[in-house]
Amino acid sequence: MLILLALLIGVLYGAAVYLLLRRNIFKLILGLIFLGHATNLLLFVAGGLTSGKPAFLRGLQNETIGMSDPLPQALILTAIVIGLGVTAFALTLVYRFYKVTKTVDFDELSENE
Amino acid sequence: MILILPIILPLLFMVVLIFTRRWLFFQQSFSLVGSVVLTAISLLILLDVYQNGILAIQPGSWDAPFGITLVADTFSALMLLTTSFVAVVVMIFSPGFIDKERQTAGYYPLAFGLLMGVNGAFITGDLFNMYVWYEVMLTSSFVLIALGGSAEQLRGSIKYVTINFVASIFFVSAIGILYGQAGTLNMADLAAKMRTWESGTYINSALMLFFIAFSVKSALVPFFFWLPASYHTPPIAITALFAGTLTKVGVYTLFRFYSLFVVFDEQFWQIFILVLAGLTMFIGVLMAASQFDIRKILSFHIISQVGYMVMGLGIFTATGIAGAIYFTMHNMLSKTNTFLAGGLVYQRSGSYDLKYLGGLYKASPLLALLFFIPAMSLAGIPPLPGFFGKFFLIKGGFEAQQYFITGVAILTGLFTLFSMVKIWNEAYWKKEPEEVKQRDGKVHPAALTATAVLAIGVILLGVFAGPVMEVCLDAGHQMVNPEMYINAVLGR
Repeated sequence: MLILLALLIGVLYGAAVYLLLRRNIFKLILGLIFLGHATNLLLFVAGGLTSGKPAFLRGLQNETIGMSDPLPQALILTAIVIGLGVTAFALTLVYRFYKVTKTVDFDELSENE
Repeated sequence: MILILPIILPLLFMVVLIFTRRWLFFQQSFSLVGSVVLTAISLLILLDVYQNGILAIQPGSWDAPFGITLVADTFSALMLLTTSFVAVVVMIFSPGFIDKERQTAGYYPLAFGLLMGVNGAFITGDLFNMYVWYEVMLTSSFVLIALGGSAEQLRGSIKYVTINFVASIFFVSAIGILYGQAGTLNMADLAAKMRTWESGTYINSALMLFFIAFSVKSALVPFFFWLPASYHTPPIAITALFAGTLTKVGVYTLFRFYSLFVVFDEQFWQIFILVLAGLTMFIGVLMAASQFDIRKILSFHIISQVGYMVMGLGIFTATGIAGAIYFTMHNMLSKTNTFLAGGLVYQRSGSYDLKYLGGLYKASPLLALLFFIPAMSLAGIPPLPGFFGKFFLIKGGFEAQQYFITGVAILTGLFTLFSMVKIWNEAYWKKEPEEVKQRDGKVHPAALTATAVLAIGVILLGVFAGPVMEVCLDAGHQMVNPEMYINAVLGR
């Protein structure tokens, strides 16, 4: 599972960088989304994988052995929400940019006209 | 519990301002009062911290290291105070500069959102919480920089949003890796744990990721290109607010992290940071010298001056850090002030381009004076604060026997003077270009008052350099002895 997730994270980072380097601004935003997801998974894996164990045990006060760590999950939840907000804003920005300039090409970003 | 106010109050103000968005006069006056209240509270915190030592509270009654801790040492308190003062001035300036559409479209609530994020980042004692405050600050700044939606602004915002998003990703990745290694997110607890380890093999990758994230945010070489590409696009009141607060948060975090987390391989980090600091100040000032737009010259200057602050970090003695902290405070005031003075030039003559400006000294000596004070302060002419900031940095550099970087700092000072004199010569002294018909604009009294108030603030910071430097030395002392911070948070 660990190796599978590590590969997945690598593929996501690779795809993200590829998209970030495209000339199309919309693909840039897609790249940002991928980058965010790759990082969320990285947080999850770095926090330690525990399979088949819940994060909170009802009724067992002192039984913490083998329990999975709830903190990385809370962090990822926060990071997902923040990422969602920023992505929504970035998409609006690109849409507005398209409406003003009628193009989504990177060259339009340079200031010398 | 006073420590929670710099975060809660901007939130409350923001909520009130969102619901009263259409009442222009209420927005303006409420924002001004709100920022004055924040300044008063920051002053109280500073007094408290300076007298009683580092202040730490555990909101939610979860003791450190399990809950989120809020900590203020002298450095944080000084930064809080300077930020709120900059906010007061910008709140006076904005009604006289920003158009009504932008003012009623949520400019004021967003400005308080920004302040909440900045204040939060200054006083949090928790890594992940720091990330959240960064995002609060950045999200507000994303909207502020795009507010109004002109094509130029949209171009700037896309670059700004992208680079900051990527930097945040670096930040979160570092947090994840560090948590996996140490199992704690409380900064003091983490620092205490690191001091019991035998080698830094496990944390160096995380530290490098942190370093990249914050050097993007504070615009260090080689990660500075986004700043001059985006900062000049919104109305200059917004640029002034950004210049006075945003990059400085990056610098603050670099200082805090270096002090707490660089336990291993100090030699490497010190040289690394000093090299980048030297490159940053020199490249920044050279690029500033080649520009002809006032806003761009000043934007490149931000980069150069960040180099000075980080140089103090690289020296890492109490004097060096104190000099850097004083320099940061001076820079927040003087830099904002030059941007505001640039705004006055724009109101008077309708352009930021030096080629189309001229004769302003003859037309309005007062405007010239209001630019002259902060510009000379940035260039480092006594008795203005820029001189004392550089003096203490250079003194710290000599004491720590870092002669090369100190030489670069002195040389950079010369170029800074050159580019300030360039603005002065072109905009104020040379004759009005004949082929260009000058717009004889009216300068708004609110904008003029704000710039004058800030100029007085700059002068006072220089005049009272002695007592302020005492406080900065206290902060520097706390930074080079991170045990004080650790013990205050963990209640030992």
